[in-house]
Amino acid sequence: MQKSSSKKITRRKMLQNSAAVGAVAGASIITGFPAVHAQDAPTIRYLGTAVNMGSEPEKRLFEDTGIKVKYISKTTDEVVKTILTQPNSFDIVDSEYFSMPKLVPSGSLLGMDTKRIKEWSNVVTAFTEGKVGGKTIGDQGTAPKKVLYLKGSSSKEFSSEATQYVTLIPTVYNADTLGIRPDLIKRPISTWAELLNPEFKGKACILNIPSIGIMDAAMVVEAMGEYKYPDKGNMTKAEIDLTMKIFTEAKKSGQFRAFWSDFNESVNLMASGEVVIQSMWAPAITAVRSQGIPCVYQPLKEGYRAWAAGFALPSTAKGRQADICYEYINWFLSGWMGAYLNRQGYYSAVLSTAEANMESYEWDYWMKGKAATKDILSPTGQKLASIGEVRDGGSYEDRMGGVACWNATMDENKYMVRKWNEMIAS
Amino acid sequence: MKVNWSFFLALPFYSIFVFFFFLPLVLTFVVSFWDYTDYSIIPDFILSNYHYIFEGCLSFADEPCLTFRTYASTLFFCLFTWFFTLILGFTVSFFLAFHVRSTPLQIGLFLLCTIPFWTSNVIRMVSWIPLLGRNGMFNDFLLNFNIIETPVDWFLFSPFSVLVAFVHLYTLFMIVPIFNSMMRIDRSLIEAAFDAGASQYQILIGVIIPLCKPGILIGSIFVITVVMGDFLTIGIMGGQQIASIGKIIQVEMAYLQLPAAAANAVILLVVTLLMIFLMTRIIDIRREL
Repeated sequence: MQKSSSKKITRRKMLQNSAAVGAVAGASIITGFPAVHAQDAPTIRYLGTAVNMGSEPEKRLFEDTGIKVKYISKTTDEVVKTILTQPNSFDIVDSEYFSMPKLVPSGSLLGMDTKRIKEWSNVVTAFTEGKVGGKTIGDQGTAPKKVLYLKGSSSKEFSSEATQYVTLIPTVYNADTLGIRPDLIKRPISTWAELLNPEFKGKACILNIPSIGIMDAAMVVEAMGEYKYPDKGNMTKAEIDLTMKIFTEAKKSGQFRAFWSDFNESVNLMASGEVVIQSMWAPAITAVRSQGIPCVYQPLKEGYRAWAAGFALPSTAKGRQADICYEYINWFLSGWMGAYLNRQGYYSAVLSTAEANMESYEWDYWMKGKAATKDILSPTGQKLASIGEVRDGGSYEDRMGGVACWNATMDENKYMVRKWNEMIAS
Repeated sequence: MKVNWSFFLALPFYSIFVFFFFLPLVLTFVVSFWDYTDYSIIPDFILSNYHYIFEGCLSFADEPCLTFRTYASTLFFCLFTWFFTLILGFTVSFFLAFHVRSTPLQIGLFLLCTIPFWTSNVIRMVSWIPLLGRNGMFNDFLLNFNIIETPVDWFLFSPFSVLVAFVHLYTLFMIVPIFNSMMRIDRSLIEAAFDAGASQYQILIGVIIPLCKPGILIGSIFVITVVMGDFLTIGIMGGQQIASIGKIIQVEMAYLQLPAAAANAVILLVVTLLMIFLMTRIIDIRREL
């Protein structure tokens, strides 16, 4: 559906002119949403994965802005499905950049207006330019800078130039790597190739989410010296065949204990000692450690596989409801939430405001890679590191600077999913 | 023309059947011929979704194609789950129906069988993991008694653990219909057989089993259809390493390849219906009931 900008201005003027008219307009536009009736009770329905959906942020948001948020928590794949099939079931969505090649051509999301984002100029360059600390980082796969800008507010095409409109307002991102049990491996691990090392036969694991698993697989294949991909994030059919052949052989020889598809499965596999080396996500490492079991998010010489997420509105978003969502995004980037994310081991898209909301010893531990001078606590108060400990992978520049590729949607996605299924069946 | 009023009496049932069973099936069948992209499904009439399922299945030079291998693995689980649930279900029902004399005790013991069903399916299967794991209770037990020297890996994330979970989950589906059939057997038939000089074994084979056929068939249909479409149990207990048709459909749904998933669902339905048809050919359920 195309929306002319003139129409939009009229509506905005109308809202400014008369709050009463605005309320009526809002209520009639956003159907099936009763809370809009009263101007003083703004509520937004927030669709996303559970990453940012804590009760702490919910409380803080209400204290700061008076906005109430209703979480709709789904898995990454389901979020995409919901955007495409039920675009009226949410007011704001938290999605990943690698879904953009699927979502943008469908026209179901609104181009986000960066002029309405107060901190836009402070968004880290990892998003806008693909640089960290002035150094260009790996951009294989669906790097955010490739799918950030749109040609217009309702454009279905990406722009290679910086424009006023973006697909997602960046919020959170991280660099992923392999998790290991140092107490069971008892030697240093430095390369992705170790995942298929026969030494860990029956004790390795990879995640069973094809679009992410294939990237980890590609990192391993390249580290083994089997093949050098021109772009790991966009393989040809032959490259997919090659990657899957190597993993199928490993699977047949009993290399893998299991595959995980749920965050909690990865925690249980690692904590129970069924697996000693596997693809893992940062909060899973924290969950294993909080059980008192040693677990390291091992930096590897080939680099990290990164991911990034941000906010978008459905293309039907209008008027007051859209204003509330922008206000929410501005609050999200204003610092408290950034500090909350950083304390979980993620990174906030606006670091300057996050820094202002963190203690300097916290900032030094999480961002500078320095040894902790006090106990490091999670946002919920669990102890994550003791005095003297250093963050796995070191500083922000070391970790994000070491990114080799990003989560991706490939042109040969159909073929890849099928080959992945074949590997699971072998 | 005389109005057939009985049709109106059956209308509520028919409408439920049409709206919640027939229409979704027709839609699934129609969509299985559609085309799709990453973000949309396109009305069309193409055979490529089916072609894709059976691609490479006719060349017997290589190993069997993905579809055949997956069905072989699913049929394997079907066969063994059916066998073990039947043996267990029949034995339990037999005990309840013929050895427990007092009705209150009978009802009490029967309810006891259903207690595990007060918790969720997933919890019941996940609870096996701490028992079967590498550092689990069984391995600890066997190690402590020096029966084994190193932990046994195939207890968990293997066809073995999948079968254990299936049998645990679905034996009740066998018990209920078989117990029901057994309770309806006229006791005087057994007495007559006994008076005519039949042994316990002959009574079992010649009288009880034939009269339990409908129960056995209904139980078998339950178990086989559930196992054919399963992806959760095979996924969790098999460590996501064992293929199942359900899993393939689930992955395709997750990636919005709905027509491909629909085509797979149609094939699965055809195979399952075929199996049920064959079973009803062996036991005529209408006549037996």
